[in-house]
Amino acid sequence: MPLALVLAACTVLLLVTITLGVGLGPVSLSPAEVWHVIVGGLAGHPENTTAGIIVWQIRLPEVMLAAVVGAALTTAGAVVQVLVRNALADPFLLGVSSGASVGATAVLLLGAFAALGVWAISVGSILGALAAMATVFAVSRSGRGLSPTQLILCGVVLSALFESVTSFLIFRGNPQATQSVLFWLLGSFGLASWNQLPIPVVALAAAMIYLMAQGRALNALAMGTEPAASLGVDVRRLRRNLFIVTSLMAGVAVAVSGIIGFVGLVVPHIVRLMVGSDHRRVLPTGVLFGASFMVLGDLLARTIVAPQEMPIGVITAFIGAPTLIVLIRRRPYLYGATQ
Amino acid sequence: MSLRVEHLSVDIARRRIVSDISLAAGDRQFTALLGPNGSGKSTILKTIYRIHKPAAGRILLDGTDLLALSARDAARRIAVVAQETTSEFDFSVREMVMIGRTPHKRGFDADTDADHSAVEQAIERVGCGHLIPRSFNTLSGGEKQLVLIARALAQGADHLILDEPTNHLDIHHQVEILELIAGLGVTVLAALHDLSLAALFCQSAYLLSSGRVVLGGPPASVLTTQTILRAYGADVLVIDHPDTGTPHLIPRRARPDSGAPARCRPNIRNTDIPASPEEP
Repeated sequence: MPLALVLAACTVLLLVTITLGVGLGPVSLSPAEVWHVIVGGLAGHPENTTAGIIVWQIRLPEVMLAAVVGAALTTAGAVVQVLVRNALADPFLLGVSSGASVGATAVLLLGAFAALGVWAISVGSILGALAAMATVFAVSRSGRGLSPTQLILCGVVLSALFESVTSFLIFRGNPQATQSVLFWLLGSFGLASWNQLPIPVVALAAAMIYLMAQGRALNALAMGTEPAASLGVDVRRLRRNLFIVTSLMAGVAVAVSGIIGFVGLVVPHIVRLMVGSDHRRVLPTGVLFGASFMVLGDLLARTIVAPQEMPIGVITAFIGAPTLIVLIRRRPYLYGATQ
Repeated sequence: MSLRVEHLSVDIARRRIVSDISLAAGDRQFTALLGPNGSGKSTILKTIYRIHKPAAGRILLDGTDLLALSARDAARRIAVVAQETTSEFDFSVREMVMIGRTPHKRGFDADTDADHSAVEQAIERVGCGHLIPRSFNTLSGGEKQLVLIARALAQGADHLILDEPTNHLDIHHQVEILELIAGLGVTVLAALHDLSLAALFCQSAYLLSSGRVVLGGPPASVLTTQTILRAYGADVLVIDHPDTGTPHLIPRRARPDSGAPARCRPNIRNTDIPASPEEP
């Protein structure tokens, strides 16, 4: 199927999920009402009606943040899988999420960065993510650059270490605060606002520009270090840059939404099964499909047990796991079954 | 179109793996690197395609320093086919061959007509057109090698480096692959495991042992009972191939009187080949 057609289909899917995500909730709005408000808001004069406030102030920021985080996690996941040449890799493999947890837990339980108000958790988690990333990078570096096996091992080992730091903080903390840590760890878009959007949007856009320029190099790297080198790719530099780009993207995503698992693992596989492994197709499709997936997940998280909100990590796992298993069983040769 | 290695030494983890190697792959010639496991064949090839850095010596491509070129420019001159590779990722055969165009493209360059025709020509030259609808991961070992050779051709290089390209292949595919490579009209430097097969296709050969060149030259002078004993410590008979006259190696048992079926033995004794290499 031509890429343009796939992208068009995924764009339609994204628009439909956005319409549903904004329209459905305690107060249901028709698609016409939803788009009337969105068009008005984009033109610079959001309506002051009830529908206008629900759409523009509450639901649209949440849906847009979900879309951006879904796109970022999918992109980071697809690239990390190439970086470590492992189909089981996800954006959190390299320690980003466990580092961010330490930062966020320190904010929630110890009141670190209290002066920053609502930004404290974001700042705490991004600092934690950056610290974890720098540690994994430093530890897994060797004379010949970042090797996939060393990256995986160092990432897993250091993640376990950071997680035990989080556990220690929770163990020492008070029970009420522990509840909010648990909720943060499972991920949520419930507190989204417009001013949270610019940083993830810029991070995603910058990363996509870099990664699309590296599309062929990513394909070569998927063949392995030596074939990529023989195809003229500077593997050392590419690996280093990919590590930084994916960690930053995952770190920013975690900072605004907590740790939403499974999207970065499952969606890249779904996308590859749709369009193949050429990264010049995978990456743009992944952005649109990952965004749609997360918007749908967020919608379900809000509505399934309304008026309560389910942690979105629960939803992404519940949709993602069966989908992937069905797809894997349809294409067994790709996943190690004998031919 | 020639590749020369001069006084090359390579260290891996502070251990000298090859030392003072000099060899040349002549214009449009098939040059074979032979030698036992661990003799340094792969290390030499990997140094040429920049996985390892030389500790001493140089590599000359048409007389200019290869390692002074950028990785991209080098990849336009030298393509590599390594041993059968597996990929975690599902690329179609056409995508796989298109990856060979990598060193010719920058950033956002789209695939042009020139790229597509290079891919088509490579596929046609190798004769793997029937594999196009398939996914690379579903191919057999021999089919994969064909596609990887097509990828190397699409790369548009005039030098081809092969690291044991026929390992794990059956005899039909071994001959098919080497015949194809020998007929490409590019300068070939190949590490090969099967000495008789190498002798059948190469114009010159280098025999390595413990990281040094034992002997280089035409296969008939390089592959003798004495040199094989020296490089491999193996006792073999060397006869002439009935079709080509190239050396053909016949392994011998360490204890010829045990185990072999009785009716086979008189035939061997009746030949005029000396029973042991030490006897004239």
